[in-house]
Amino acid sequence: MSDSKFDISIAGENSLIVYFGSQPDAHIAAQVSQTAEHLRQSLGDLLIDLVPSYASLLVIYNPLQTDHYFVRAQIRSATQNLPEPSEQQQGKLVSLPVYYSLESGPDLQQLADNASLSVEQVIEIHQQTEYRVYAIGFAPGFAYLGEVDQRIAAPRLATPRQKVPRGAVAIADRQTAVYPAQSPGGWNLIGLCPEPMFDPSASPSMPVQVGDRVRFSAIDREQYLALGGVL
Amino acid sequence: MAGFKVIHPGILSLLQDAGRYGWHGIGLTTGGPMDRQAFRWANRLCGNDDSGSHNNSSAIEVTVGGLVLEAEGNSNLAVTGADIPLTINKQPAALWQTHRVKSGDRIELGYATQGSRNYLAVTGGFQAEAIFDSQATVPREGLGGLHQNGQVLQVDDHLPCPESGQQTPLLRVPEKLRPENNGSILLRVILGYQQHAFTEIQKQLFFSSEYTLTQSCDRMGYRLSGAQISPSIDGILSEGICLGAIQVPADGQPIILLRDRQTIGGYPKLGSVLSLDLDRLAQLVPGDTLRFEPISIDQAHNALLLAEQKFAAARLETVHV
Repeated sequence: MSDSKFDISIAGENSLIVYFGSQPDAHIAAQVSQTAEHLRQSLGDLLIDLVPSYASLLVIYNPLQTDHYFVRAQIRSATQNLPEPSEQQQGKLVSLPVYYSLESGPDLQQLADNASLSVEQVIEIHQQTEYRVYAIGFAPGFAYLGEVDQRIAAPRLATPRQKVPRGAVAIADRQTAVYPAQSPGGWNLIGLCPEPMFDPSASPSMPVQVGDRVRFSAIDREQYLALGGVL
Repeated sequence: MAGFKVIHPGILSLLQDAGRYGWHGIGLTTGGPMDRQAFRWANRLCGNDDSGSHNNSSAIEVTVGGLVLEAEGNSNLAVTGADIPLTINKQPAALWQTHRVKSGDRIELGYATQGSRNYLAVTGGFQAEAIFDSQATVPREGLGGLHQNGQVLQVDDHLPCPESGQQTPLLRVPEKLRPENNGSILLRVILGYQQHAFTEIQKQLFFSSEYTLTQSCDRMGYRLSGAQISPSIDGILSEGICLGAIQVPADGQPIILLRDRQTIGGYPKLGSVLSLDLDRLAQLVPGDTLRFEPISIDQAHNALLLAEQKFAAARLETVHV
């Protein structure tokens, strides 16, 4: 018996996971966000938390107040009336400034060499795409953005860095991200973004959420420092 | 306001409430007590909210032991969890029981002899400002705890709590209701997630084998060693990870993901362990062994509701001093 047009599987004693497809794309990302929003309303206090990701949504409920049959029914109803791609609401568009340079992006030259492009071309291509926030995880505020133009896609470093600075703009395969805080990391660093990606004292604490769209725009060294950037 | 001064924090002592819920969307984990039953008993003994809700008072989770506190006022406290020597002013004091302390009293935890985690609760709970709705300390995220920045308890920290009167009853958890901290346990598993990527033979191997807890065990997850099980897929698109999920990386050695787990991940998962049994798992030490048993989601819900009923109906003994 098929549960709905999407696969709903048990994850654990208080969790169901909905799979929307096997490959992420903008259409699926929008479906994940809309289903999450719908369930937030329909489950109310029965809902403990939601984890939206590339092509799935983990729904965590209170097993002392409801059961998986009821939650399944709510998921079915949330996923049955999803609008078609054309009528979908677009997530909000967020523009992030980036100081691209050899000084702020220690992997920029290597990435350009491997791609047989100039550094200027890599910077240009990174700004041409409107990215979608596919998932948030790894660390508080770490947003996985896709998809990076095939020409500048680059595998993770063989040896991850012990310290990637806060604000580092990076590429791994066809994903790009801004490191919200200093942490270890194996992505290719191409620039620095002065805007905080995670600030516990701000509301909201993140400028983006899953389903939003992101564009990067180049700024120079002076602008970067004026916006509070640190070198 | 009364409180406690940290004379020695021990190996790892963390302020924990029931956990941080509703923030997975920005990548925050839940934190919260590794042995939730022992945590709730400690709160019950101190007359705090011990319900299954997320509003429980903050207690100190002590891993392995070594915590020494000095009271800075009149308080009631209780210690539950692992078998561990507890003394108040060098006099042995019982676990699973409320004690009155006054300014200057010295509370010392030795090192666990059976089990590995203890909960020290006080009447009214430890007071700290919440961040993202919770005081739960998650050092990896730099969130929660006394200073909201994820810092573990340090020498000279002052933990405020409300002054408690001499009228509140001193209570004891009856022996038959205390969980046993044996070295070998059976974990109930609800199959799910990528279970179809594991053949029947792989599943049978998993459920008929004994696994050993390795040294790689922290609040994020416990890595096991034992029969190697191999899913037919190496990785999946990163997806949400629930409490107790059993993740199987390429080496075929399962990892059980716990309170401080990452919110998303890309390894195949066989299903998840029942939370009641995670409390027992939290008391194991490296080298202890465990087995798994499959149960249905309906059996899981039944077990959770029964445990909740049993806890609600439990009567504590009154201690006469």
